[in-house]
Amino acid sequence: MIKIIVGRLLQLIPVLWILLTLTFFLSKETPGGPFSQERQASPEVIQKLNAYYGLDKPLWQQYVGYLQKIVRLDFGPSYSYPTESVNEVILRAFPISLQIGTLAFVLALAIGVTAGTIAAVNQNTVWDYLPMALAMAGICVPTFVMGPILALVFGLKLNLAPVSGWYGLDYTPLPPMVMPAITLGLFYSAYVARLTRGGMLDVLNQDFIRTAKAKGVPGHQIVLKHAVRGGLLPVVSFLGPAFAGLITGSFVVEKVFNVPGLGQEFIKSVFNRDYPLIFGTVVFYGALIVLFNLVSDLLQLGMDPRTRR
Amino acid sequence: MSTALTTTAAPETEIIHGFSLWSDAWFRLKKNKLALFGLGFFLFMICICVLGPFVTGYRYEDTDLPLKASPPLDKIISRVETLKNGEVKQKNLALSNIEDEFLELPRPERKAIAAKLANGEQYTTGNIHYEPSNRRHFFGTDALGRDLLTRVLIGGRISLAVGFAATLVSVLIGVTWGAAAGFVGGKLDDVMMRIVDILYALPFTVIVILLMVMFGRNFILLFVAIGAVEWLTMARIVRGQIISLKHQEFVDAAVSLGLSGPRILFRHLVPNVASSIIVYATLTVPNVMLLEAVLSFLGLGVPPPLSSWGVLINEGASAIQTSPWLLWIPASFFSLTLFSLNFLGDGLRDALDPKSAKD
Repeated sequence: MIKIIVGRLLQLIPVLWILLTLTFFLSKETPGGPFSQERQASPEVIQKLNAYYGLDKPLWQQYVGYLQKIVRLDFGPSYSYPTESVNEVILRAFPISLQIGTLAFVLALAIGVTAGTIAAVNQNTVWDYLPMALAMAGICVPTFVMGPILALVFGLKLNLAPVSGWYGLDYTPLPPMVMPAITLGLFYSAYVARLTRGGMLDVLNQDFIRTAKAKGVPGHQIVLKHAVRGGLLPVVSFLGPAFAGLITGSFVVEKVFNVPGLGQEFIKSVFNRDYPLIFGTVVFYGALIVLFNLVSDLLQLGMDPRTRR
Repeated sequence: MSTALTTTAAPETEIIHGFSLWSDAWFRLKKNKLALFGLGFFLFMICICVLGPFVTGYRYEDTDLPLKASPPLDKIISRVETLKNGEVKQKNLALSNIEDEFLELPRPERKAIAAKLANGEQYTTGNIHYEPSNRRHFFGTDALGRDLLTRVLIGGRISLAVGFAATLVSVLIGVTWGAAAGFVGGKLDDVMMRIVDILYALPFTVIVILLMVMFGRNFILLFVAIGAVEWLTMARIVRGQIISLKHQEFVDAAVSLGLSGPRILFRHLVPNVASSIIVYATLTVPNVMLLEAVLSFLGLGVPPPLSSWGVLINEGASAIQTSPWLLWIPASFFSLTLFSLNFLGDGLRDALDPKSAKD
């Protein structure tokens, strides 16, 4: 157990190092610096700015200096937000993405597990085909189609939730996080439903379930007490990738609903060539994904004794 | 002749043909109506996307600004104005916008004129002549007056091409990597699979976005970048299968015949894994198309005026209130194609790998 945790945390180091090195050299290779767009500054000003941000040093010095700063968890100043450091931008934007992501995650699990279980228990009946057809539809209708449709119906027609923006929107019954979260959650619930159905079917065909039936355990107890633990294993191992998906999915829904979350900041930083902010968000995402994979592994260990060996 | 001979042959002498994996799989796939439908629809989609743009009569990049955002099947009215110096000016207008031409007239009169033109009658006022034309835009036009049908078909070409090419890249890398790791085994296997583990933990959409921005919106790069991030699962699947196969007798036989390692690997082992590769590749294509669409949606896809389904959906989503067909039409093409590919992939998995069949 502890070995696995330590091993995973050690894995964090090469992952983050690869990420950093990749992003660092990729972004240095590209034409156009952070100060070459929009207002054209005089050469002296650009020189001073470059000196201030350390962009005039040789590349390897910038690289080493940057790694040193990262170790101290200091991502440096942001180019495009002169008054904020990268740490401040992340701290400001991430809670917004986290709220949307968490709600979406809960929705995806609740809807997906319920639908998948119903389908597995009623295999090859209408109650199997209907939820699975809906799940397939959910996978094939991407978030950037679902988002505008939901915005049109619930936002503009029914006036239940705001369709754009984040701050100061209290004229509708629901807060602005609801629509993006539903959009994201529905998409991932489709995957969860398919995984749940597959996992549950595997378990429900096993001998111990037949034994439970034979000794007269009521159907709902068989499902809830005996089958769920094994049947949800595929879902648990999907949690890590799902979280990564929620993060990248947030790029899309945050654009659709114009939410100032971390996804928007990342896309903006990439377009603005705001190097410190690019590095900061990428490292942050990488660390989050590794941590979530760890959590998903630990959950799996707890639920499946076979993997403990 | 030959059929007559075989039917008259005595049943005792008939050789019993074993079913190969492929004919067996095809037999099972044929019974799966949804998968067959998926295959048919997908082939149909490829055909219309490849051939369609030649027969629509419009080019995907040609704009016709006076005809902007006209709904599907709207009548085109040709407006011919003879100027005082004898010059003739012609432009196309959409029937649904024709009333804007007569804003100085009272409403009922405007309606009457529009109704007349809708009936196919001509209308002349002063030196301006209106005449309904036979040409139509089947799916209407976008905000720049470009024919949506042509753009959807061209966009389909791009999306499908990205889907296929990136999947091919991912299959090539994944199969080579996984097969090498599984076949050689030992230390090399450990190292190669550790690398895959580490790469798994990277936020790949983030990296593709970085690549697209850093190297410009290059078409080839789009294939390679997406393909390079999708090979990991393929490598894992192939490695697992190779390991379980390499201790079987036919490999021992090949070794004792003195065949070289690479020959055993690629001539004897990889073909045995082909079914898994095909199944997973079929399921990779929709994932790749989805990723391409996400990139296009974020403004990182193919450069304008070229279109892809993601680009069109992005344009349509921003105009959903005023011209909803700009979203509905490309979105349905995209979703139906994903549907058919997923059904086909599921069906192929059940057909090629009976053990994994659900029921």
